[in-house]
Amino acid sequence: MTDKPDEKAAGQAKDESDDKTDSNESARPAEERNLEAARSATGTGSGVEQPAPDQSPENVPAPTGEVRSVGERHGMFGVKGSGDTSGYGGLVSAKVFPAPSQKPYGGWFDEVSDALEARLRATDLTAAIESVVVHRGEITFHVRREDLAFVAQMLRDDEALRFEFCSGVSGVHYPEDTGRELHAVYHLTSMTHNRLIRLEVTAPDSDPHVPSLVSIYPTLDWHERETYDMFGLIFDGHPALTRVLMPDDWPGHPQRKDYPLGGIPVEYKGGSIPPPDQRRSYN
Amino acid sequence: MTTEQDFYAAPGDTSQGRVFTVTGQDWDSITQSIGESAEERVVVNMGPQHPSTHGVLRLILELEGETVTEARCGIGYLHTGIEKNMEYRSWVQGTTFCTRMDYLSPFYNEMAYVLGVERLLDIEDDIPEKAEVMRVLLMELNRISSHLVCIATGGMEIGALTVMTIGFRERELVLDLFELITGLRMNHAFIRPGGVAQDLPPGALDEIRDFIALMKKRLPEYAALCNANPIFKGRLVDVGHLDLAGCMALGLTGPVLRSTGYAWDLRKTQPYSGYEDYDFEVQTWDTCDSYGRFRIRLNEMWESLKIVEQAADRLAGLEGAPVMVGDKKIAWPSQLAIGSDGMGNSLDHIRHIMGESMEALIHHFKLVTEGFRVPAGQAYVPIESPRGELGAHVVSDGGTRPFRAHFRDPSFTNLQATSVMSEGGMVSDVIVAIASIDPVMGGVDR
Repeated sequence: MTDKPDEKAAGQAKDESDDKTDSNESARPAEERNLEAARSATGTGSGVEQPAPDQSPENVPAPTGEVRSVGERHGMFGVKGSGDTSGYGGLVSAKVFPAPSQKPYGGWFDEVSDALEARLRATDLTAAIESVVVHRGEITFHVRREDLAFVAQMLRDDEALRFEFCSGVSGVHYPEDTGRELHAVYHLTSMTHNRLIRLEVTAPDSDPHVPSLVSIYPTLDWHERETYDMFGLIFDGHPALTRVLMPDDWPGHPQRKDYPLGGIPVEYKGGSIPPPDQRRSYN
Repeated sequence: MTTEQDFYAAPGDTSQGRVFTVTGQDWDSITQSIGESAEERVVVNMGPQHPSTHGVLRLILELEGETVTEARCGIGYLHTGIEKNMEYRSWVQGTTFCTRMDYLSPFYNEMAYVLGVERLLDIEDDIPEKAEVMRVLLMELNRISSHLVCIATGGMEIGALTVMTIGFRERELVLDLFELITGLRMNHAFIRPGGVAQDLPPGALDEIRDFIALMKKRLPEYAALCNANPIFKGRLVDVGHLDLAGCMALGLTGPVLRSTGYAWDLRKTQPYSGYEDYDFEVQTWDTCDSYGRFRIRLNEMWESLKIVEQAADRLAGLEGAPVMVGDKKIAWPSQLAIGSDGMGNSLDHIRHIMGESMEALIHHFKLVTEGFRVPAGQAYVPIESPRGELGAHVVSDGGTRPFRAHFRDPSFTNLQATSVMSEGGMVSDVIVAIASIDPVMGGVDR
């Protein structure tokens, strides 16, 4: 029980942040506070929940400014307003994704990134790659969205890269990642070199546009339609961006985090079980 | 059938000609009516309820006489929101959902998801050997059953009913094995993060060996029945043509890609679950057509049988070995057992948590109610399903539930080739082309 003081501090931090986030203050200070909260929660090391950086040591050394938090997790039990006096309900920890990696990335990752950079330097688009994340043996290139089509074209056609096969696009909605809520994630395979990389591009909720890659990878036709259908991401330049899985007149985009799961309570032997998204749950 | 009776397309709905509702046995009256008008072009809506469309697939075909000038797919009729639902369940419960997507290859769905979760957990190297071998065994048995359904239904759709009956006959044998090993014929949720749910039941290896022996007798029947059959070849050869460039552009994988002669198989190129230790060949054909895809599937069943045989031999030497990762913070705590009052947690386990170890009880409680946390990040591990590259893009925010799980289902991607494969051909060839893609709508729509 040596962790008690820290948890209390975290609990207080939570109370403060509740007040402030309610009044919709700007994102930057909130982010820094999250990090502080995360540090205070993990500092003692024993027994408390650890956010991502400590569990993936290769990503730890990134400077503070580069670690992005995409929201925070409150409490341990997912229960609110139950009069929990243990203190655990007041825990706040930041949701932190793996931080950008520094060179060398190791293995063929360097060959790909060097070839990519060399080609980009030749065309004055040096800022096209915002960051590179190597995590769990997979490499992710975060691409500036206005340069996505160019980068993809190069990845497909360049001799040293030859990512001729695209596995599709997957949308992810991070409602708390302010200014870049919608992510489009592409997996590209180079069958020539037997390599697999990931491209990630983001768009804010207020401007959900990403350039379409159908002209480069025709297979993305339905994949982009699905991502539009599910997340409302508009792929500019797609030949016919319509819904593909949901009915044409469906309101909303079901896989966004602000779209409820839906469901009704189920009665069984006198008891009532709420729908999955309203059940008590851990987070 | 007059237009007045059609609730869905009243005469005012279209400005481009007359609307007919076909209800069967009325082709004569329709051809007669069409004959009266000068226009040859007909738009036919086929499906979503149609015995030849491989499930609830809707085809919109534009015909000039018998020739297809445009083919479009309408999908989404089986969309069940599995990906969304998984975000509201624990990581372990996720397998229960994703196994229901592509219902003909449930183990592959589980495997793709579980490999992603294990990569995020960073326990890929800790999976016990027996679990890996059992996964391979089940997946390859599953490949046989999936290919059997493909060949069976594909045969049925072109009128080869015997192929259908014998195909389902053999598939039943595989499903019996699944039932013996996992307890269920489909929707197993057997491959779990960290290993598999249960050890092999007693006698399973004997049953598998009997099955292998029987299949070695039965598989040649398909070859004898179809390979040189002039009608079968007449329907399949040069139908649904798609070359390597087309496959690359449209993202096709699996038997369709291998029918162009390109030996791309993720089991060989990017081995997972110990596939590098098995002796098998990647099957290719060089005709780019439906017949080639049929032959590839037939040959792949032989290769799968070889792998099953090797896996069974390895399992014989692994009796009593663990099937779940050693980390007690991830491994599901209990094993199921049959008691006098039905199936439930094994009595040994109950005795352990209730009478012997307080910590074990806490672990059990925490794992079952809360589940484990998966470090934040994302992973994508593609595997070779019977239909091609199946991958799960798994995203975690560090919580006890998937933040996002997206499945790159090969049926969904491959179905995009429908128009390229069938435009310009006969309307009857559309069926053959789609059957050669082997789409499973549960996987397409998810």
